[in-house]
Amino acid sequence: MSRYSVFSLLRHAATGNRGWQRAWRAASPKASYDVVIIGGGGHGLATAFYLAENHGVRNVAVLEKGYIGGGNVGRNTTVIRSNYLLDGNTQFYEFSMKLWEGMSAALNFNVMFSQRGQLVTAHSADQLDTFTHRANVMRSNGIDAEILDRDSVRKLVPYLDFSDTARFPIHGAIFQGRAGTARHDAVAWGYARAASGHGVDIIEGCEVTDFVRQGDRIVGVETTRGRIGAGRVGLAVAGHTSVLAQKAGLELPIESHLLQAFVTEPVKPLVDHVVAYGADHFYLSQSDKGGLVFGGNLDGYNSYSQRGNTGVLREVCEAAIALMPNISRLRLLRHWGGIMDMTPDASPIISLTPVDGLYLNGGWCYGGFKATPASGWCFAEMLATGETPALVRGYGLGRFRSGHMIDEAGAGPFAWLQ
Amino acid sequence: MLRIDCPCCGVRDHSEFRYGGDATAERPAHDNPDLDAWYHYVYVRANPKGLHREFWQHVLGCRQWLVVERDTVTHSIHSVSFSRRRRA
Ligand SMILES: Cc1cc2nc3c(=O)[nH]c(=O)nc-3n(C[C@H](O)[C@H](O)[C@H](O)COP(=O)(O)OP(=O)(O)OC[C@H]3O[C@@H](n4cnc5c(N)ncnc54)[C@H](O)[C@@H]3O)c2cc1C
Ligand SMILES: [Zn+2]
Repeated sequence: MSRYSVFSLLRHAATGNRGWQRAWRAASPKASYDVVIIGGGGHGLATAFYLAENHGVRNVAVLEKGYIGGGNVGRNTTVIRSNYLLDGNTQFYEFSMKLWEGMSAALNFNVMFSQRGQLVTAHSADQLDTFTHRANVMRSNGIDAEILDRDSVRKLVPYLDFSDTARFPIHGAIFQGRAGTARHDAVAWGYARAASGHGVDIIEGCEVTDFVRQGDRIVGVETTRGRIGAGRVGLAVAGHTSVLAQKAGLELPIESHLLQAFVTEPVKPLVDHVVAYGADHFYLSQSDKGGLVFGGNLDGYNSYSQRGNTGVLREVCEAAIALMPNISRLRLLRHWGGIMDMTPDASPIISLTPVDGLYLNGGWCYGGFKATPASGWCFAEMLATGETPALVRGYGLGRFRSGHMIDEAGAGPFAWLQ
Repeated sequence: MLRIDCPCCGVRDHSEFRYGGDATAERPAHDNPDLDAWYHYVYVRANPKGLHREFWQHVLGCRQWLVVERDTVTHSIHSVSFSRRRRA
């Protein structure tokens, strides 16, 4: 695979850009692989890449029912941050942040990681206190965090509603300067290209329909392109984890719910950071094309349809205008939805399973994009060694039985409230 | 927007209702000491892609808890009934 560089750009420019190769090989399934990964989203592709790169396991296939980047990895609002409070999450997401910081160089692919900084506004003295607690936990873990008072927030983001009539006046904010955004589908493409370069087969248009067992052990998968044998099978199918796990006889603490994203018509540079509204579930950033990209709450009931309803559309627009009245005349260009595994504590599951040969990576709720590199890194280690890496020991399936949940939202066992 | 046909109030937008989750999970008897049964009741979900029996409460109407049978792919609603059980 030829490397991308300034020189390759110039060379191709001089020859009319007719010589570019496919970014990854279009592979056909072999009879069997050491590791089969189900799901060609960011997590599945990152797992394949780190299996080859870190562990030398190259006889690997990623099976994707649609096309690379068509799932949640290409549907999210691209926010990357590591401002988590609870043990387990704090360290994991910071490890992920460090991988983001080196990702474009490691993959030889520009994922346009932009550390523009994220702030979450606080709307009462009490909320600012809890943010201060969070900032202290972050700083004691070596993560950058600042607490801003009202005047400093105003200097940074003067376009928010600081008027006397603001429904929820801004008291301050928590700020993480290293947080930001990345080009989401470039992440899928970059991992796919780098994994393919290591010999991994990326097979699109290949849906896994069942598992092949020998005794109690899973030894392969049935697909729409025939049976494929596997030494180990890793499941990384985002919103469809329950559907496939059931075929393996596993019932999980997961519900599938829908989250929408929204983008406005493009405007001139206006929003320099990622801004999250502490008074409601709402956040926004500005894309490089100029559109304001934002999101809010789940639709709130089980759903496997990748389209949202207008109730949430209205709530999100109300929150947008409450936070930032000057965008009230902007037109919304598009909105879309993605299906997510919601867990009862809002934390992911990276785990061995009671089914021999089957490994689980799911339950990302709506925060799994930022986790993509760390998730792939750790899941690859799990698939290569059969052991649970220290960094994800808190994400095991057993935590719901033992009571060691990592309940960041504190919403209890109600998936749709997380 | 889902439209739920409340047996008390008639057809209303789902924004009048509060979602209550899976209606098939069976609560163990109050004095049941079996941790596994409680684990299943509190956490484990079938999460079907297709027909789902679920609770909704008509909070902005009659405040009754209902059981709604809804398809999680098409959102079509197959039945709505009261969730309270009749005493024998
Ligand atoms: C609207 C929205 C906004 C979000 N915003 C953010 C955000 O700002 N920050 C953040 O960190 N996270 C965010 N998320 C969450 C994040 O996108 C996901 O948690 C994460 O991308 C999930 O992992 P993935 O990339 O592997 O999933 P996906 O890209 O969905 O990959 C799973 C793949 O599995 C495939 N698949 C399913 N079933 C089968 C089968 N039977 N056989 C073969 N393949 C199969 C699917 O086609 C899919 O491509 C958001 C999500 C949504 C929907
Ligand atoms: Zn009613």
